Amino acid sequence: MSDEVILQVKDLKTYFTVDEGVVKAVDGVSFELHRGETLGIVGESGSGKSVTNLSIINLIPMPPGKIAGGQVLFHGKDMLTMSPNEIREIRGNKISMIFQDPMTSLNPFLRISTQMVETIVLHQGLSKEESKTKAIEMLKLAGIPAPEKRIDQYPHQFSGGMRQRVMIAMGLSCNPEILIADEPTSALDVTIQAQILELMQELTRRLGTAVILITHSLGVVAGMCNTICVMYAGRIVERGRTEEIFESPRHPYTMGLIRSVPRLDQETRGRLYSIPGQPPNVIDLPDCCPFYPRCDKVMDICKKKYPPTVPFEKEQSAACWLYAKEAQNA
Amino acid sequence: MPDHEILLDVRGLKMHFPIRTGFFSKAKNFIYAVDGVDFQVRKGETLGLVGESGCGKSTTARAIAQLYKPTAGEVYLNNLDLTKANGQELLAARKNMQMVFQDPYASLNPRMTAGDIIAEPIRIFKKNGLMEASKDEIDDRVEQLMEKVGLSRFFKNRYPHEFSGGQRQRIGIARALALNPELILCDEPVSALDVSIQSQILNLFRDLQDEFGLTYLFIAHDLSVIKYISTRVAVMYLGLIVEIADAGDLYKNPLHPYTEALLSAAPIPDPKIEAKRHRIILTGDVPSPDKQRPGCNFYDRCPKHMDICKKVRPALKETEPGHQVSCFLYHKPE
Ligand SMILES: Nc1ncnc2c1ncn2[C@@H]1O[C@H](COP(=O)(O)OP(=O)(O)OP(=O)(O)O)[C@@H](O)[C@H]1O
Ligand SMILES: Nc1ncnc2c1ncn2[C@@H]1O[C@H](COP(=O)(O)OP(=O)(O)OP(=O)(O)O)[C@@H](O)[C@H]1O
Ligand code: SF4
Ligand SMILES: [Mg+2]
Ligand SMILES: [Mg+2]
Repeated sequence: MSDEVILQVKDLKTYFTVDEGVVKAVDGVSFELHRGETLGIVGESGSGKSVTNLSIINLIPMPPGKIAGGQVLFHGKDMLTMSPNEIREIRGNKISMIFQDPMTSLNPFLRISTQMVETIVLHQGLSKEESKTKAIEMLKLAGIPAPEKRIDQYPHQFSGGMRQRVMIAMGLSCNPEILIADEPTSALDVTIQAQILELMQELTRRLGTAVILITHSLGVVAGMCNTICVMYAGRIVERGRTEEIFESPRHPYTMGLIRSVPRLDQETRGRLYSIPGQPPNVIDLPDCCPFYPRCDKVMDICKKKYPPTVPFEKEQSAACWLYAKEAQNA
Repeated sequence: MPDHEILLDVRGLKMHFPIRTGFFSKAKNFIYAVDGVDFQVRKGETLGLVGESGCGKSTTARAIAQLYKPTAGEVYLNNLDLTKANGQELLAARKNMQMVFQDPYASLNPRMTAGDIIAEPIRIFKKNGLMEASKDEIDDRVEQLMEKVGLSRFFKNRYPHEFSGGQRQRIGIARALALNPELILCDEPVSALDVSIQSQILNLFRDLQDEFGLTYLFIAHDLSVIKYISTRVAVMYLGLIVEIADAGDLYKNPLHPYTEALLSAAPIPDPKIEAKRHRIILTGDVPSPDKQRPGCNFYDRCPKHMDICKKVRPALKETEPGHQVSCFLYHKPE
């Protein structure tokens, strides 16, 4: 991972208008991604992980969605104000995305070869033959046996794990600078998951790709990511280097999350720690700490104002009143 | 082990699903979803069942519950063979055996209120003359059950869509408890839930077991969850059980190469440990259950396979006290 920032998300806000009101799915998210970095995004279901990343590559359905504010700077240029042509130039080429369900992004009626060659021709200006050679090479890297034979098959002729590998091969075939992977392995089995994660790590090491990895598995982020963002109710509530987050989590939600998973490498006797209550309803959230109804350290101020983001050593920071000086003064 | 009372005894259970190959072809093919499993569940314990997606865990549970008619084998619940029981006997046996399902969204009838869903098993029993209960008694019981699983009784008249995933799973658990069963077959009851809700529900299962002396067959694919909840663990691969042992023993001393790979591949939420771990990366894909193999089902992916493994199917045998494994590394073929 280098110091060069290639993607900068600044105060991103993505809202959806639904019958019941406005869903502030992403409400002021900011982060930076460096060349070669693997950034993990974790958080409760509905906390805005997918919407954040769909906003980055301009794939939010509008309506009902709307980018209500912010900037997404890719090499300093705001993707939110680019023309559709400029975006298409970047998407699938410089930034590619692996979706949770491979079937949603593979066309079931087209051979894998057709789909891959098309993308490579379009984005890299190679000839058809050159593109096919490149596609086969990527499938091989992705661990598909006999790729020169299998490349002419249709998606349904592959197993779930192999389709996921095809997606990864496609995602990486244009040497993207950024790979966004939304739960790339959660539909897979542990043993296949290990294969795929190993492969992603290997490829990103070799090609220097930066990765945004969305997952609900704390185990996966612990093994894969340099840095972590923890999302709750549309905002990043804590971020930091992976070791910092696991060693000294600051936000009560992060602390709870880490404590509530049973561990394979430890004996857990008696009851598990658990965060009480339910995930928040993100429709018409009041401007307070969205975690306060479930927080065991809640104070008066938490119910009145959204907490400021407080920096700690190195790169860690957390949005929580426990650490904000003003809490005492308020 | 005579000191353990056996509640559920599964013997040679097979569940083969017929599939048609072509529209006009008569020749039948089969999915050998469960292909001969033997295990016992002791009174008061939790037997965890783990394995890859598609290995036959749900099918095993459904065949035990007689939601499917097993192709072969016997299922004894308190010494009654359910596969041979008649309709009335089966209904009576249901009192002792209930199921909780994976998907808290699909498993509850959207047009019934939470209260009616929980009361349904009682009403069915009453209708069939197996139980007497007045309307007030049923109401009281529903409220008592809701409280037990951590739902406010004021939610009684709400519909499933008005509840969160975790709350719906609580409704499913309350329904399973309604008839005071001895055994609950739990099919991935926490897999669809967020991490923060998962631990609430796992605690609930433990508390209810302590309070009512319940016995669980607990299916999950998350090895840490299985480790936490189980007394003993059975590992399944492609329609067969490959290893059974006490939970502590299995995790410390896995014998079957598949169990070993599974344990080594499960991610651990600690970056320091992850950085140093050695993973056994299996090659190849999960094979499909549409054919029976003469040898070990794990042969193609097994890093330790031998010649014999391709030819003969290893039986599940006890190699150490309380530890059964089906692998020729540990016992010779008959
Ligand atoms: N097309 C849409 N219309 C209306 N609301 C939407 C739409 N897409 C997303 N949302 C809402 O935005 C919020 C954030 O959703 P998002 O998909 O980003 O969650 P997530 O963190 O990815 O969750 P998961 O872990 O379940 O994938 C949710 O409340 C969701 O219901
Ligand atoms: N009703 C059915 N008809 C035909 N095949 C079936 C049927 N039910 C299950 N199968 C097949 O039997 C095999 C075992 O399925 P099962 O649902 O028992 O697996 P599982 O271990 O529960 O997997 P998961 O972890 O994905 O829930 C699979 O190949 C599945 O496709
Ligand atoms: S701001 Fe308050 S309620 Fe929110 S996490 Fe911090 S202490 Fe808890
Ligand atoms: Mg998502
Ligand atoms: Mg299942």
